[in-house]
Amino acid sequence: MDVGQMQRQWIDYTKSLFLEGFLDGQFLQLQQLQDENNPDFVVEVVSLFFEDSERLLKDLTFALNQNGVDFKKVDAHVHQLKGSSSSIGAQRVKNACIAFRNFCEEQNTDACLRCLQQVKQEYCLVKNKLETLFGLEQQIVAAGGSIPTELSFSG
Amino acid sequence: MPQSREKLLVMGLGLKMKSLRHDPKALKLHEQAGNKGKYTFIQAHEQAGSKGKYTFIQAHRAWLPKFLMLWILLMALIGWCIYTKMDADTKVRRKEVLRSLCDQRARMLQDQFSVSVNHVHALAILVSTFHYYRTPSAIDQETFAEYTARTAFERPLLSGVAYAQRVVNSERESFEKQHGWVIKTMERKPSQVRDEYAPVIFAQETVSYLESLDMMSGEEDRENILRARATGKAVLTSPFKLLGSHHLGVVLTFPVYKSKLSPKPTMEERIKATAGYVGGSFDVESLVENLLGQLAGNQAILVNVYDITNFTDHLIMYGKQDEEGDMSLVHESKLDFGDPYRKHKMICRYHQKAPTNWIALTTAFLFFVILLLVGYILYGAGNHIVRVEDDFHKMEKLKVRAEAADIAKSEFLATVSHEIRTPMNGILGMLGLLLGTELSSTQLDYAQTAQACGKALIALINAVLDLAKIEAGKLELETVPFDIRSILDDVLSLFSEKSRHKGLELAVFVSDKVPDIVMGDPGRFRQIVTNLVGNSVKFTERGHIFVKVHLAENRMSSMIGKIETFLNGRSDEVMHMSGGGYNFKTLSGYEAADERNSWDNFKHLIADEEFFFDASVKKVAIESYEQVTLMVSVEDTGTGIPFSAQEKIFVPFVQADSSTSRHYGGTGIGLSISKCLVDLMGGEISFISRPQIGSTFSFTADFGTIKKNSITDMKKHNLEDLRSSFTGLKAIVVDGKPVRAAVTRYHLKRLGIQGKVANSINKAVSLCGKNGSLTPGLSQPDIIFVEKDSWICGEDGMFSVWQLDWKQHGQLFKIPQMILLATNISNTEFDKAKAAGFSDTVIMKPLRASMVAACLQQVLGTGKKRQLGKDMKPNGSTFARILLCGKKILVVDDNRVNRRVAAGALQNFGAHVTCAESGKTALEMLQLPHNFDACFMDIQMPEMDGFEATRRIRDMERKANEQLMKGEGGEGNGLKKEYHLPILAMTADVIHTTYEKCLKCGMDGYVSKPFEEENLYQAVEKFFNPKPTSDNSLQNGNRTEQAP
Repeated sequence: MDVGQMQRQWIDYTKSLFLEGFLDGQFLQLQQLQDENNPDFVVEVVSLFFEDSERLLKDLTFALNQNGVDFKKVDAHVHQLKGSSSSIGAQRVKNACIAFRNFCEEQNTDACLRCLQQVKQEYCLVKNKLETLFGLEQQIVAAGGSIPTELSFSG
Repeated sequence: MPQSREKLLVMGLGLKMKSLRHDPKALKLHEQAGNKGKYTFIQAHEQAGSKGKYTFIQAHRAWLPKFLMLWILLMALIGWCIYTKMDADTKVRRKEVLRSLCDQRARMLQDQFSVSVNHVHALAILVSTFHYYRTPSAIDQETFAEYTARTAFERPLLSGVAYAQRVVNSERESFEKQHGWVIKTMERKPSQVRDEYAPVIFAQETVSYLESLDMMSGEEDRENILRARATGKAVLTSPFKLLGSHHLGVVLTFPVYKSKLSPKPTMEERIKATAGYVGGSFDVESLVENLLGQLAGNQAILVNVYDITNFTDHLIMYGKQDEEGDMSLVHESKLDFGDPYRKHKMICRYHQKAPTNWIALTTAFLFFVILLLVGYILYGAGNHIVRVEDDFHKMEKLKVRAEAADIAKSEFLATVSHEIRTPMNGILGMLGLLLGTELSSTQLDYAQTAQACGKALIALINAVLDLAKIEAGKLELETVPFDIRSILDDVLSLFSEKSRHKGLELAVFVSDKVPDIVMGDPGRFRQIVTNLVGNSVKFTERGHIFVKVHLAENRMSSMIGKIETFLNGRSDEVMHMSGGGYNFKTLSGYEAADERNSWDNFKHLIADEEFFFDASVKKVAIESYEQVTLMVSVEDTGTGIPFSAQEKIFVPFVQADSSTSRHYGGTGIGLSISKCLVDLMGGEISFISRPQIGSTFSFTADFGTIKKNSITDMKKHNLEDLRSSFTGLKAIVVDGKPVRAAVTRYHLKRLGIQGKVANSINKAVSLCGKNGSLTPGLSQPDIIFVEKDSWICGEDGMFSVWQLDWKQHGQLFKIPQMILLATNISNTEFDKAKAAGFSDTVIMKPLRASMVAACLQQVLGTGKKRQLGKDMKPNGSTFARILLCGKKILVVDDNRVNRRVAAGALQNFGAHVTCAESGKTALEMLQLPHNFDACFMDIQMPEMDGFEATRRIRDMERKANEQLMKGEGGEGNGLKKEYHLPILAMTADVIHTTYEKCLKCGMDGYVSKPFEEENLYQAVEKFFNPKPTSDNSLQNGNRTEQAP
């Protein structure tokens, strides 16, 4: 596969992520923040997000499976997750978190558990998608090309 | 084309909002999302409130009917009592009347009776005197009859009197012989032999049948006789049927003694001395009848007289035993007829039963009825109160609910707007991406249109958000010093493109009396003016738009001026200018709705200012006030507002008529926002509009003034810089339209250029002196500004001659620069102008001080740059970079990802970023002294949130400042920098975390998270002075982008 094709594939893939609502404008801004001084900015932030999220999801699962759920704590976790996901532009995770928080406020354990499942699912999805994206980027870099971001998106 | 798209978008949004509003699920969801807590609170409050507010009546409503019943019963009881009492009174009175009547009768009867008795007594004495003590007897039957008949009037009660002699058996024969008849019994039979006899010897004629009858033969008479002679007093028989008449009667018997008795005779002496008996029969019936006949009221009462000697058997003497009458009320009176042995009594009764006591009955009944009505009225009133209070509580609940719904609506709007912004950012981002790719020109056009629409939509959403905030009462104005003139310039620059395109005159004039710097909310002021000017530009196709600002008091003087004009005669109204169709002395010559802006008035305003030629003196006077009220009017010559729609013009989402919105697009939200903002600024907004002529919107607003000495801050630097390079220059403004010329002069004045107005080129030439010799009082002008209209007017030849003239004298004088002022200019015109000797630069209207300055710099060679603010449109990123480059910034956020992103973004702008993961760490890092230039703080953090951290940092700084003051108080160096680290809140939630809450705990502002460049720039702009490289026009350019 030549570099040009890969770049096109990358662009298409990115667009599909936007179209399917996995990502929003914030991710674009992240990409714009990546420059020579910060060559791995996006990857760095996203992996921070992955680490954080996995920890938070673990905590949430634990917190919700206990007797007498501490909704304050759950809410704080979800708030964190919402903040992180909105920072990297993981829109669907963020939306799931918003719904989650509403149920936290209602102290509805069942709904919270359902939401947790949904958040987990969204998280896995976006994680896979982003990993695929980064995989593509690595391939492009490995093939000696450059990621199209800087070239065509800097408006 | 773009307008119709905008409208499409607007409709789409409206549809969505409508569907959301009508979908209960959506609303419910929203309630659950945001307001659950609030709702329950409101309900709880509602309950508590209404419970506490029930009045006494309300609380005891169930008792009302019972009270009414009780009341009725009570009143019935009272009514009955009244009746009883009155009735009892009547009865008592009746009884008393009866008693007195009865007593009176008894007494009279008794009196009459005793009179008769006395008389009989006298008769007895007469008989004893003349019959026994005198011999021979002086009385015989004839005399007796004669006498008694003649004295009968003395004894009206006695039917007759007779005298019976006592005859013992032994004397019977002699007696019988002497009188010549035998003693007979009552049955008129010869008497049997008895011990004693009492034959009647004398009798009154009425009772002559008694003669020779033995009184002792009758049982009762006998008893009477025996008793009478024993006691020596008058005695009575029990009543019996009298002989002769069938009336009831009693017989009275008196003893007649032969000899005088001892003073205290014994019974035997009496019996022995008895000579005979005088008797009289009382016809009681006729007696009483007569008596009663004499008395009043005999009809009303029944009288019975009884002999009650025998207790068990009362003998009736008078009246019928079984006569009808009122048996309930009886009165007894004792009768004493002088016989101690016999006892009599009189019993009186009323003839008729007591009549019903109508008065008492009516009184009681009326009383009852009246009080019943009163009770019912009270009951009705109580019921009414209960009902009204019920309604009131219901209304109150509904009101609370309505208010809650209103707040919910506003919050919902705010939230929805906020939520719409997020995907819109995505759309705009994508469009930005798309525009960066290689596109065909058609695609580029599509994409650009889409972006423009997106931006319009964002603007609309912002407007809705504003309105929602205002309605939710969450909008507060800031009070910062700002330069009102430069703000107006900015607004004008926003619309310059459009107005030029349409060929409109767009001008601003600010009265000299308006202070340079006022305290207020520049953003909101700009928003109002932008709204008004935007509307005007939208609806005006020809003519002008004129923004005028002056002190509200000035309006008064100009009003006076207006009145004067009218007094002078209306002929002044019509211009005597060679303006063709333009007959009005307005900015462009088109008629305006509000004539107050026409020259006639305007010159008064200016003259007024001219009078105080030294404007600074005046300003000082104005600035000594703490507050000024500015009057801003925006005049256009557009389509105007139909009269029918003028009333609802400030109602949100209402445009003048639906066809307008079809034609021009827009939501009509702008004016209502403007109205709210003006209200907040303590002013009023009003308008005068005439269809097809134009509208003039004017509003007043209160602004604070600022002390003169504190103005010397950087705010003024840009114009001050410019001023210095132009001060002292002189100019002539050639313009046929006085208002427009005044505007030009105003801008020149701001640059320190002294201007003179000439209404035609001829005049200007004469002002300058045709052959170089100067008109006294005016030195050589440096610049001549010529309005395009005046130049086009065909004075070319004249002008050239003059031009030539100048050239000839060129060595003596510096040739003044001639600059053309134009709204729009074609290439040919431009060439022509150049040929006529105008300089290369044409000042395009609308005039703005900064732009004029730039042009002048170019023309006069004092400036080096060639920037008309047209092709240089730097984006916010550049500015943010300029502001933030090299600054040391602390980012506080507990979320690693957020922290990294914020840091990345700020680093991207060239800032040096340090991170802290909690409020505490931040507090440690910010121990004084530190070298951070700013701090970005997340609000929601565990342990110590952003507000708390900020508060502590501010405390720390205050203490340090105090120490600083103490330490260096002696030096008194006011310029010594105080510690104040700019702290900006970072929040994803712009609605709930409101600006004022940030301010309250000492923050300087907020940026929304994730960062948007413009927002970031706006926030940091206040704290960091732009680097010197960012020159003035750049700043203006940037403002342009931010304006709503």
